[in-house]
Amino acid sequence: MTLPMGRPMREIFGETVATLADEDPRIVMLDGDVGSSSRADIFEKAHPDRYLQMGIAEQNMLGVAAGLATMGLIPFISTFVAFAVVRSLDQVRVLIAQTGANVKITPGYAGLFTGQTGMSHIIVDDLAIMRAMPGMVAVAPADDVEAAEVLRWAAAYQGPCYVRLGRDATQRLFDDSYRFTFGKAVVVREGGDLTLFSTGAQTPRTVDAAELLAAEGIDAHVVHVPTLKPLDVEAIVAGAERTGRAITVEEHTIIGGLGGAVAETLAEHRPTVVHRIGIRDVHVQSGPNDALLDIYGLSAVRVAEQVRGILGADA
Amino acid sequence: MSEPLTAPGAAADAAEIAQLEEIARRIRVEVVRAVYLARAGHLGGPLSAADMLAALYFHVLRIRPDEPGWPDRDRFVLSKGHSSIGLYAAMALRGYFPMEELDTFDGANSRLQGHPDMTRLPGLDMSTGSLGMGISAGMGMALGARLTGRDVRAYVMLGDGECQEGEVWEAAMAAARYGLDNLVAIVDHNKLQQYGWPGDGPDGRLPPQVAGELVAKWKAFGWRVLEVDGHDMAAILRVLDEAARGDGRPTVVIAHTVKGKGVSFMEGHYYWHTRAIKPDELATAMADLGEPLPASEGDPR
Repeated sequence: MTLPMGRPMREIFGETVATLADEDPRIVMLDGDVGSSSRADIFEKAHPDRYLQMGIAEQNMLGVAAGLATMGLIPFISTFVAFAVVRSLDQVRVLIAQTGANVKITPGYAGLFTGQTGMSHIIVDDLAIMRAMPGMVAVAPADDVEAAEVLRWAAAYQGPCYVRLGRDATQRLFDDSYRFTFGKAVVVREGGDLTLFSTGAQTPRTVDAAELLAAEGIDAHVVHVPTLKPLDVEAIVAGAERTGRAITVEEHTIIGGLGGAVAETLAEHRPTVVHRIGIRDVHVQSGPNDALLDIYGLSAVRVAEQVRGILGADA
Repeated sequence: MSEPLTAPGAAADAAEIAQLEEIARRIRVEVVRAVYLARAGHLGGPLSAADMLAALYFHVLRIRPDEPGWPDRDRFVLSKGHSSIGLYAAMALRGYFPMEELDTFDGANSRLQGHPDMTRLPGLDMSTGSLGMGISAGMGMALGARLTGRDVRAYVMLGDGECQEGEVWEAAMAAARYGLDNLVAIVDHNKLQQYGWPGDGPDGRLPPQVAGELVAKWKAFGWRVLEVDGHDMAAILRVLDEAARGDGRPTVVIAHTVKGKGVSFMEGHYYWHTRAIKPDELATAMADLGEPLPASEGDPR
């Protein structure tokens, strides 16, 4: 049994921020000329006066956002992860994170799924970078339901935040009754043999991997960690204690993201061997989504395979 | 000296111009003194900007030093954040904080950090120091004022060396698109940067731009371009008054200045961009600025 498909997070982005703007006149959308891709165009249709095209000039866009925030507005950022996080990194650091500007850094095209645009648009170290930045918080929703919840939270949150959004339809993990709590991890599958920590759009595939393992009699506990910073230390420790075996799974480099965060936390609070499944310090290529998941070991089948390998080596 | 000399926008008479010149002189004295005490800090840039800072803080800006967060204040962003001590001196003279606090400049736990830090010092409208960014933030303030229906102008001071940053031209492009005529950029065009390209200029370095380059670039980006002698107070007031009268475009004032202005041995030398001052140099600098040197100026920290 595999989880069903949900809607693309980018559509949720355009729709949800437009709805939020119905209720809050302070919300504006800054677009780095990707509105037809990020679906900021949905917002533009609803609120043409608050859709602010900034052109292909992302560094300026992030700086303008900081200035707008000082005037009491709440800017949401429409661009791709690569351009918000690394091309404009110094602007985010100095003008937004240092000042505590109420800017919502909400780029799309996270992880491997960029519609085969090309390798320059794929970035797999964004969570590591944003996690490490003082004054920044980082959230990676699992699916469309959680993405809408996180965007609602972001609008109400006072201060800068990074929300990692995906381009394409991915599997749906949660039903409509789900409520996101900032800074809290969620147990999405109970099990007793090992604990899988996962984040972002990888979590549904990780849950599917757990089901594959269950068919072989391996009962995985799965903890979804949407908030990378601040990390839910209690839930990470509890998850590790539950089975004594910790494995992280993420559509991100294994350096500094969820794997790094879990390893740091457990090293300090409950020393546990941590195995990290994810992208292994390489610049990734572009290609069809399923092919990329297979190549980088992030499909349910490939995750299950790696977990088996880890258990075999441990045995 | 916490009041503006006249209401912002009002014409200045000869007496006020003389007062503003005296304020500019005092800014320079405080710059030199604070950098001497800190044994660190930038000199060339704050000294070239002093006259414009005096005009802004005592004539142009609609501000309330006793209510630094007043929502309808004009905004000022020192995009060339390394000239912070010039801004701090102007703010202290205007009454934002006690003059004695200037002695803490660039010290540990000081509100007067080497680069302006808006989270520490009320009255700073943005944290700056990484070059090219202030103009973007200023654009956001001008755009935000328009979106929220406030009569607020955003003033941004840039260095000419800073205009080598690509972000400046991203902002120039975008601000012109929005026709932000409540955005005024002032370029402190002192013709020197920290080190500069090698060549047959002063001290073997070339200026950041060739003559006329800045004017041509800003014009090409769709801005109204005004030029002024950045050390002629009457002319500065005239040009900033004109800049405040919007014509549907953002305005840039290219202020021709001398780096290190007012201190004979610093003027026109790139190596006084940032440098510690020795005691004998302090005496000469204060004499140049017409400031009697007290028996003890204090020891450098």
